[in-house]
Amino acid sequence: MESIPVEHGLILAAILFSIGLIGVLTRRNIVFVLMSLEIMLNAGGLAFIVGAARWGHAEGQIMFLMIITLAAAEVAVGLGLIIQMFRRYKTVDINVLSEMKG
Amino acid sequence: MQELIWLLPTYPLLGFLALVLTAGRLPKNVVAIIGAGSVGLSFLTAAIIAAQFLASGEEYFIKEVWTWMAVGGFTPGFNFYLDGLSLVMMLVITGVGFLIHLYATGYMADDPGYSRFFSYMNLFVAAMLMLVLGDNLVLLYLGWEGVGLCSYLLIGFWYTNPDNGYAARKAFVVTRVGDTAMALGLFLLFAELGTLNIQDMLHAAEAEWEIGNGLAVAAALLLLGGAVGKSAQLPLQTWLPDAMAGPTPISALIHAATMVTAGVYLIARTHILFELAPNVQELVGWVGLITLLMAGFIALTQSDIKRILAFSTMSQIGYMFLALGVGAWSAGILHLMTHAFFKALLFLASGTVILSLHHEQDIFKMGALRQKLPVSFFSFLLGSLALTAFPYTSGYFSKDEILIAAHGMEGPGMIFFYGGVFGAFLTGIYTFRLFFIVFFGESKAAHPPEQEYGGWNMNGPLILLMILSVVGGFIAVPLDPLFGDHEEHHISGLLHAFMIAVPLIGIAISACFFYFKIWSVEKLMASSFAQSLHKFWNSGWGFDWLYDRLFVLPFLWLARINRADIIDSFYGLVVEVSRAANGMIVKTQSGYLRWYALSIAAGLVVLITIGVML
Amino acid sequence: MIALFYIAGAIAVIATVAVILQTNIVHGLLYLILSLLAVAVIFYVLGAPFAAVLEAIVYAGAIMVLFLFVIMMLNLGQHTRDQERDWLSPRGWIAPSIMAAILLGQLLTVLSSIDYDLVPEQVGVMEVSALLFGPYVLAVELASILLLAGLVAAYHLAKTK
Repeated sequence: MESIPVEHGLILAAILFSIGLIGVLTRRNIVFVLMSLEIMLNAGGLAFIVGAARWGHAEGQIMFLMIITLAAAEVAVGLGLIIQMFRRYKTVDINVLSEMKG
Repeated sequence: MQELIWLLPTYPLLGFLALVLTAGRLPKNVVAIIGAGSVGLSFLTAAIIAAQFLASGEEYFIKEVWTWMAVGGFTPGFNFYLDGLSLVMMLVITGVGFLIHLYATGYMADDPGYSRFFSYMNLFVAAMLMLVLGDNLVLLYLGWEGVGLCSYLLIGFWYTNPDNGYAARKAFVVTRVGDTAMALGLFLLFAELGTLNIQDMLHAAEAEWEIGNGLAVAAALLLLGGAVGKSAQLPLQTWLPDAMAGPTPISALIHAATMVTAGVYLIARTHILFELAPNVQELVGWVGLITLLMAGFIALTQSDIKRILAFSTMSQIGYMFLALGVGAWSAGILHLMTHAFFKALLFLASGTVILSLHHEQDIFKMGALRQKLPVSFFSFLLGSLALTAFPYTSGYFSKDEILIAAHGMEGPGMIFFYGGVFGAFLTGIYTFRLFFIVFFGESKAAHPPEQEYGGWNMNGPLILLMILSVVGGFIAVPLDPLFGDHEEHHISGLLHAFMIAVPLIGIAISACFFYFKIWSVEKLMASSFAQSLHKFWNSGWGFDWLYDRLFVLPFLWLARINRADIIDSFYGLVVEVSRAANGMIVKTQSGYLRWYALSIAAGLVVLITIGVML
Repeated sequence: MIALFYIAGAIAVIATVAVILQTNIVHGLLYLILSLLAVAVIFYVLGAPFAAVLEAIVYAGAIMVLFLFVIMMLNLGQHTRDQERDWLSPRGWIAPSIMAAILLGQLLTVLSSIDYDLVPEQVGVMEVSALLFGPYVLAVELASILLLAGLVAAYHLAKTK
């Protein structure tokens, strides 16, 4: 069976992570921000799976399971917050949430 | 029953707690029962304990209640020590204290702060008992500061008048000077002798220090500092006359009968230390002599009835110090006791006079009161006779003993003796000046009294104190085992007759001036020298003026220079720096989520950079 | 198999870039699902079929459907798309891109030092399950508590007063 260089998998994860980061930093629509966060989490999961494949162990997959659980919980709470925000401000622009300005 | 000695301070303390915790919500008669009753119970207990103690014939008795604290080898406890000295003090405090409490139930009847007054009084009695019964200097110091606190609270009792608050602060601050010296003395004693238990400490001092040892001198001097502060002796005497701002029963209890004699008690209690430092002991005598003469001269010129009595108190405590100075320990304590009787009597009677005249204190606005105020008249008559050491009144025995002992002392003994006799002469003049002006002559009162103020609860204590003032000298004070037997000094009959006659001459002179009006004060005051002397004495030998210049004004000057607070400006700088830094950093708190995310990412970049570089 | 890895990787990257560039939110979501499915394929190639299936079912299925529901509830119409275009000004991209580029560059530098060729071997459901309900049972419990907390919080937050 052909082999895959392990760094290629990790680099793919890094690229996905960076794209997600750009998304988080650039978008003003909070739904897109949340989606970009999902991309970043997913990239983290990918890195764990690559690690699991590198050692041939199942532990990496278990970590991925934890991440997916975390993502599910985070999305649930995050979407709840978005709904609440939309109800209050009638917008999805995260810049309106700047009351913490010092 | 002696085991129950801890009950003595407990009763008034419980009374205090009950009155404080109810915060004036109790009806007045309940307050009176708690306030006076707790001290009465204390007196009953004290009397029974005293009877049993005297019957047992033991020299001392110790009751250990609990250990206060244990730090290394330092374990002061709430332990009570009873011997002849503390027995006398305990009976005087509870006995005279009870009578004054009883009197106060009538005197303060119309005061809105009735409950507060009795709570302070009870706390005072508890603290004072702690002071005289404690077996170690730490407990003594606790009581010492406790009575100082109560004195402060009670001088400023009518706090709505700022003058009273000022007098209270003055008393507190001036006595604090002495207390600081005393605290230093305690530190010195503990550091050198390793214990503050009074008896152990005295034995250790006797064993370790020879007579005239420098440390003994230092310790005795520091304790003397505390004693002169509390007992209003030179040079810390200035607070006592102002302390008369408090209610009259306070002046009787705290500033005449008990608290101001704490200094005498302290010196008598640690007399072994003073015997190890003969120079300091002699100094005690000098302090007493100068104070008693000075206070006598001042009393001649005062016009406020309570201030005259205050200076008289100062003068009489001067006699006690004189007695301590010449080593006549028991005579000093005897004078303390008799003085408590007759001075409490005089103060309480002056309280009746003041109330009957609707709060008039100026003796030149009184006069011709002997028929209107018979109880006060007889109180003053007997009290004044005892004060001037009229033969066979209580004051006679104690003062007699003191002067004879002074006569027997080598060195400055003769000065002490003749000074003391001259002081008695002054006492005769100023006491009967007060007496004649207030009770004879024509009435100059703005509101002449219709009748004498007070019911049985005020007159009863006066009558009892009258009896005590007269016969108090016959009470045998069980002090001999404590201070050792003194060789009885005898003086010639002629000298003794002279000694007895001098105060009588003083009375006679006073009578010539103020009763028979043979001589006239106006004529005496005609010269400008006499007037300036009068002014000088009236201002208390200018001590207030002097201390103002020496301490208060320099301090105010320093405070004015340092108004900008040099030290604080450093901390102000810290504040300024923080504020400036805040001004800069607060800009990063834009409130935009993406800005924060960007900052996190930047931080991550920096961290990874560092990680890669390393 | 190895070709599949690179193809899926390329699709994942392209789809993800498309996600963050979209102005239409539903299109963005569809691209995200595509990206997630591509990653699921990579999981399969790397010998983690269980993870691949979970990725498809839970991520691309359940979580994305949740997004879809919310988008429907918000009911963002044409107006939002215009707004979105306004928001995506070219200037706004500069700083995040530079930052992400630096980060990526660093990651690449670090990762390129690894030199290992892995031969994927299947680690199936059985091994994973044996570990999950063996030594990692506590992690499972924690995950369940986390999900419960998420459930309660989501219910509470989205509730109308």
